[in-house]
Amino acid sequence: MKITINEQVHQVDVPDDMPILWALRDVLGMTGTKFGCGQSLCGACTVMLDGQPIRSCVTPVKQAENKKLTTIEAISEQPAGRAIQAAWLEKNVPQCGYCQSGQIVSATALLNTNPKPSDEDINNAMSGNICRCGTYTRIRDAIKQAANKLEAGHEG
Amino acid sequence: MKDNIVNISRRGFVKGFALSGLVLAVGLPGLSAEEEKPKYGRDAMPNGWVDNPLVFVSIAEDGTVTIVAHRAEMGQGVRTSLPMVVADEMEADWERVKVVQAPGNEQKYGNQNTDGSRSVRHFFMPMRNVGSAARMMLETAAAAMMAVPVSEVKALNHEVIHQPSGRKMGYGELAQAAAQLDVPERSSLQYKSAEDFRYIGKNSSKNIDGQAIATGQAEYGMDVRLDDMVYAVVAHPPAYGDTLKSFDDSEALKVPGVIKTLTLPSSPPPAVFNPLGGVVVVAENTWAAMEGRKKLKIEWNKGPNSDYDSKAFRQTLEQSAKQKGGKVLRQLGDAYKTLENAESTLSAGYYIPHLAQAPMEPPVATAHFQGDACELWASTQNPQASVDTVAKWLELKPEQVTVNVTLLGGGFGRKSKPDYLVEAALTSKAMDGKPVKLVWTREDDIQHAYYHTVSYEHLEAAFDENGKTQAWLHRTVAPSISSTFDASSVHQMPIEIGMGVVNIPYAIPNIQLENPAAKNHTRIGWFRSVSNLPHAFAVQSFIAEMAHQQQRDHKELLLELIGDDRQIDPRTLQDDWNYGQSPEIYPIDTGRLRRVVELVTDKASWGKSLPSGKGQGLAAHYSFVSYVAAVVEVEVSDDGEVSIPQVDIAIDCGPQVNPERIRSQLEGACVMGISFAMLGEISFKDGVAEQDNFDGYQVTRMDGAPGRINVHFVPAKDYNQPLGGVGEPGMPPIAPALCNAIFNATKKRIRNLPIRYQLEA
Ligand code: FES
Ligand code: FES
Repeated sequence: MKITINEQVHQVDVPDDMPILWALRDVLGMTGTKFGCGQSLCGACTVMLDGQPIRSCVTPVKQAENKKLTTIEAISEQPAGRAIQAAWLEKNVPQCGYCQSGQIVSATALLNTNPKPSDEDINNAMSGNICRCGTYTRIRDAIKQAANKLEAGHEG
Repeated sequence: MKDNIVNISRRGFVKGFALSGLVLAVGLPGLSAEEEKPKYGRDAMPNGWVDNPLVFVSIAEDGTVTIVAHRAEMGQGVRTSLPMVVADEMEADWERVKVVQAPGNEQKYGNQNTDGSRSVRHFFMPMRNVGSAARMMLETAAAAMMAVPVSEVKALNHEVIHQPSGRKMGYGELAQAAAQLDVPERSSLQYKSAEDFRYIGKNSSKNIDGQAIATGQAEYGMDVRLDDMVYAVVAHPPAYGDTLKSFDDSEALKVPGVIKTLTLPSSPPPAVFNPLGGVVVVAENTWAAMEGRKKLKIEWNKGPNSDYDSKAFRQTLEQSAKQKGGKVLRQLGDAYKTLENAESTLSAGYYIPHLAQAPMEPPVATAHFQGDACELWASTQNPQASVDTVAKWLELKPEQVTVNVTLLGGGFGRKSKPDYLVEAALTSKAMDGKPVKLVWTREDDIQHAYYHTVSYEHLEAAFDENGKTQAWLHRTVAPSISSTFDASSVHQMPIEIGMGVVNIPYAIPNIQLENPAAKNHTRIGWFRSVSNLPHAFAVQSFIAEMAHQQQRDHKELLLELIGDDRQIDPRTLQDDWNYGQSPEIYPIDTGRLRRVVELVTDKASWGKSLPSGKGQGLAAHYSFVSYVAAVVEVEVSDDGEVSIPQVDIAIDCGPQVNPERIRSQLEGACVMGISFAMLGEISFKDGVAEQDNFDGYQVTRMDGAPGRINVHFVPAKDYNQPLGGVGEPGMPPIAPALCNAIFNATKKRIRNLPIRYQLEA
């Protein structure tokens, strides 16, 4: 089947029910998207499907057919993604970093739909993403900083 | 090239199979008993330390400085902090520094077992030596090339300048010549003065892997890809000690992508670092392997722990803890008699269940067996033990095994045990040398961790008529980590009782500390800050309870117990371990403990008036030769829901090498402390962990994280002061401070973790 990933069309020949995560990681070699739980419980595998954040570990490849996937590798193509990445670096958000691909994709999706999220909005949008290292307070700060910069017309 | 700077502490250490730093640190004084003087700190670690610049630094002609990171990066920032020390001391520009990760080779790099909150504490000075020697070699080379006296040149920001003439040479130009020079003697090294530091103690150097992480380019163990690689998962025996009886793989082999199944030998308890055994499913991709595993029909032989029931075991622990007796750890005066005759007494017991480390990246290793050699890539905290254990299982020599260390997606103690590397190596061998990535799923990780122990702590105190504490009794019961290495072991080791049982520095005239026996029924390992968790939870909760009973302010009572400023030799507290550090250089300093309490209560406005439903809680604890105190502020809703608007945490860890990463470690410790206190529990039924993913084994998420975490530092006089640990000591005070806050908000005392639904009406 054909899937557009990060603006490139890929021919992917895998079983229809293979989760997008494993097609990306093991078949296409795009390892930026992480495996954390395989059960839609941790958010490490978050990617965008037609702009919506989804958990790629439980979403069969078939559902991405003829749709557009965006992964961490191309999140900087989006203004919010760029702003989020810049804020992440400025605030030194990551510790081990393993959850951060998923955090960054979720945070970008949040700013795409809600450019000025409140603490509660952030909690709601981000609570599907576990960070075992505990970077939550910095993530909150960084999302707000990215939102402010975007509003002011900078991308970070 | 002459190699003057050599490992001074290699002699006297037993080579070969290493249990782990923590365990070995206890064993070492015994091992080196023949030597004149006991060794401490970095000198006492297996394979000691190395400070040869030729091992750690190379400079390319374009000036790029490459610095070797020999400790594993798992989020604590060590790949930034230690290379940054080298860069600063050698006057390299951080923007032009690259960091490469050392493979496991302690002969070459010194100790690499990254646990015990030791990396910066042990390697700050060796890395300064590396940087200083490199800088002096560059200066010597420049002076020779410019034909001027070396006293007239000075290294500054990636160049050496001839001061009288202003002539400059870049590090790239000097590299060749400098590398030909003798490495200066250690005694001749000149160090930068602290005013000239550009990175040490500053917040200026960004995390070396930050950009790669933010763009999804960072390579973890999970991301390793080799040509022609296959993928594997293992069906492990359900209970610790179970073994494979028979299996039927006919359905598994029908799953598209599944290549083969094979078995791993089970190793009877004690687990040590051995694989658990089971059935491996090898496939073309991870998903096929996981799907194949679901289709296996396996029968297991039940082992000695297949009836382990953690609910019943809790009763056993509680009973032993309440019974007088057990191994006596420390005795001062007569606590029993004082308790009997006291004006008033108090007693309470505290329970913490098993916990799983659950690093965000589950254990994973890739192995390529090549007959007389095996190369692995893995997220491991302990590469040398990985080399040794894999070699043993493959019947190779350690020199034939290479372990490349990737970034770790978290470790927290789980990844200091190399069982999963052995599984990968054995599978690659069984696949005739095909490279194999062996992945633990989250279910494997949570069901087969080396768990944090399960514990019951019984405390009693006696007071005189003025409310002064006259006696202290602490009975601590928990299966010991040593049971993972010796199945008959039932008492806590010195390193465990040295984590907040024997080495409490409180000024109380009568003290009785006891450790009744407890047997393990699962693999027990270390989890970030280890036995400090139950000990600090009990001790710091109990002191708050004492204050309440005696109608005293908690802080005031805590400071009274800490007493006058004094430096206590930990050996006088029956603590011969002291985190492996010299009792002379690292006495337990009650003044430092007092200061963190004062600092954090001051910053958090301790005692401020709060509306009903809100409360503050305090706790302080000495661990990993650092002093930490925390004030947690909670709000508890009418239906018992807890939120945490603010945490203040203060640390005295001696000089701060990378303050920015110290802050992030303490922030992380606050969250992880809250996480296990609020939610963390692994329970066992019929020998099997009842949780298997983040639905059952819950961890704190964004909505449960504190609104704000304020980190406060006690400044150190200078960089010659002894360094303390950072990665772990933030954890122990959090759970008691949280429960003390909940008590102040609700008058409900939590003595059993997790808090979970206990506050619901
Ligand atoms: S790996 Fe998909 S949500 Fe955890
Ligand atoms: S940074 Fe380690 S899990 Fe989030």
